[in-house]
Amino acid sequence: MWNQALAITRINLRSIPQRWGSAIVIVVGLAGVVAVFCALLAMTEGVRATLRATGQPDNVIVLRAGSSAELNSGLSREDVTLIRGAPGLKRDAAGRPLASGEIIVVTELLKRGETSGGANVSLRGVDPQTAFALRPHLKMVAGRRFTPGLRELIVGRALSRQFQGATPGETLRTRGSVWTIVGVFESGDAHDSELWADIDVAQSTFGRTGFSSVLTELDGTRGARHEFEDHLTSDPRLNVDVQSESDYFDSQTRTFRATIGVVAGVVTFIMGLGAIFAALNTMYAAVASRAREIATLRAIGFAGGPVLISVMVESLVLAFAGGAIGVLIAYLLFNGLTISTLSDNFTQLVFSFRMTPRLVARGLLIAIVVGMIGGFLPALRAARLPITTALRAT
Amino acid sequence: MTRVGFVLANLFRRKTRGTLTLLSVVSAFLLFGLLQAVHVLFNAGVDFVGAARIVTQARVSFTSSLPLRLLPEIAAIPGVSQVMHETWFGGVWQTNTPLTTFATVPEQLHAVYPEWVMPEAQWRAFAATRTGIIVGRQVAAQFGWKVGQKIPLASNIYPRRDGSKAWAFDLVGIFDGKDDNWQRQTTQEFINYGYFDEENQFGRGNVNIYVEKLSPSADPAAVARTIDARFENSADETKTQTERAFNVGFVKQIGDIGLIVRWILSAVFFTLLLVVGNTMAQSVRERIPELAVLKTLGFTDASVLGFVIAEAAAFCLIGGLIGLGLATGVGALVERKLGGFLPIQVDVGVWATGIAAMLAMSLAVGILPALRAKRLNIVDALAGR
Repeated sequence: MWNQALAITRINLRSIPQRWGSAIVIVVGLAGVVAVFCALLAMTEGVRATLRATGQPDNVIVLRAGSSAELNSGLSREDVTLIRGAPGLKRDAAGRPLASGEIIVVTELLKRGETSGGANVSLRGVDPQTAFALRPHLKMVAGRRFTPGLRELIVGRALSRQFQGATPGETLRTRGSVWTIVGVFESGDAHDSELWADIDVAQSTFGRTGFSSVLTELDGTRGARHEFEDHLTSDPRLNVDVQSESDYFDSQTRTFRATIGVVAGVVTFIMGLGAIFAALNTMYAAVASRAREIATLRAIGFAGGPVLISVMVESLVLAFAGGAIGVLIAYLLFNGLTISTLSDNFTQLVFSFRMTPRLVARGLLIAIVVGMIGGFLPALRAARLPITTALRAT
Repeated sequence: MTRVGFVLANLFRRKTRGTLTLLSVVSAFLLFGLLQAVHVLFNAGVDFVGAARIVTQARVSFTSSLPLRLLPEIAAIPGVSQVMHETWFGGVWQTNTPLTTFATVPEQLHAVYPEWVMPEAQWRAFAATRTGIIVGRQVAAQFGWKVGQKIPLASNIYPRRDGSKAWAFDLVGIFDGKDDNWQRQTTQEFINYGYFDEENQFGRGNVNIYVEKLSPSADPAAVARTIDARFENSADETKTQTERAFNVGFVKQIGDIGLIVRWILSAVFFTLLLVVGNTMAQSVRERIPELAVLKTLGFTDASVLGFVIAEAAAFCLIGGLIGLGLATGVGALVERKLGGFLPIQVDVGVWATGIAAMLAMSLAVGILPALRAKRLNIVDALAGR
């Protein structure tokens, strides 16, 4: 039986070039479905990758209890002092805890190519003593760090590429004051979409006395997180939540990712249905045009099973080819494409589309499933062709 | 047999093929209808704000606050007839349902937004009840809220003075929109600024944005420039734009939804072009002798061309109308289930675009097979050459 199946399948596949017209319908149909599916999910993968990269393993972020984002959070100077005094924190050479009290101020910048409007971006005021030590992966790629005490800004690389007026040497006017951009940094994570300034200067410029969050690093001993968290929650003067830095950033675009997930699901389902109809059409036509050939094979002793398998294989091969083309299109057109969306912090998060191996596998799986469904009924018809009438077919 | 009957009969002479082709068209237009509706939804807050209103925000961004003391200064600027202010409350219903809640002054809201329709008694109750809240029809329907009910809301921004985040409001009114477009926006809630400002833990006398209603003769751009010039180089620099531009900017921040929709739809229609085009080509190829007979009987080249195009159009129109019909149904279902959160409506505009797409599609898939049928040479075709 397997020899028979192999023989018929080989004949079928070799004859595809003679009927490109209809075969191409399956290929293109699936290329479309898989390309759209992969492109949409490459967006969520990109966002996820950007945010997952944010956060050192031992870093924790402290926000006011119940705040979902730094923008909504507020901590007073006393709160920050209490947090810095908690046990379990890593200390620098001078014995000071590695903790950076930070604020987020939202400011507007024009995207490249825009002349009006403007999109929200985060301006983060950081403690120059500790903020860089807490994020050792952050590197300056142009210019220098800001000088504490001066109205100087450094900008994330992604932000610098996507927005106007965010390259070294340029100035930024906010709230009646002028900032000079002195450097560009790269961190490969969510901070790449931010502007950074000295916390003291940011507080005085924007008329703030408090902080949005405290980022700190645990000393790495077992139970340090527990000790730190217990200390903060048992202090009646504090009302705060402790999260790991990576969990916090991961939660920042959950809504966006869920929405895109639903859209991708619905769109893929409907397009997939359409592709199944098209595949059925093509395979029925293929079976009909070969009716006499199939009947001849049956007459000289080939069984129905191998005929069925051969039609299924043909449908699968075409569908798989379509899926592969779709993946390739999505990869060539979208992989690495950089866009931005709104995070829960109400500011732009710049990210790039990312085609992951998992995504490629899922795209190809869709192609195979559609190919199976689209091939099965025509295959069944082929296997059941009444030999005598089919032999007389013109 | 009439010509229409002839076309329809040919459509299903191969039942499986006809049906499958039709189903592909149906699924394509189902998707078209839904995506187009989503696209319209995101632009909805944008297109219908016809009233002459402008919005003033802090120049830094609308998340920064402006002091309340700007109000009389803005009100005094020529061309401004009414001013209101709004502050984003960050309302959260139960554990995790974010609501669009603003703190504002009832009388100002009533004067600046005549589009919100509510009985006068309820407007008066809103003004008189410090802990009052009014909610849009869609929100009320979604959660089954009734006037007189106590509404517990959390704020993810503002704790109360005692440090708790649990606020509670008395539902004193439910507002409607003056027309369908405005009704679709009744997903908001308004609370009393006086109570909010006194009860929240942070700074007093700050607001997020001012909305100015202009007198009919005023030029919005000129008034906006005057307002911004008034506060230039102060600690509270402003950025004023039309309400429409403000809304466009807001939607655009989420991402270019129009672009994504266009990408998907072009992939869908390119595929569809091939599917239907292939079916038409096959069907004409198989019927060459028949078409030759038609011509022999005296049908002109032009009418044979017409038959083939009509067949293509029948596929696209029948499938397309069914698809859009389904999309309308699905949209209505989603709207009923999810209420205000995804009020997609496959409306007249979507249908009009859809029908235009169907006609363009008919021509695109029909033209090549039709030309082939038109150019048939009777003798060759009958001889099967």
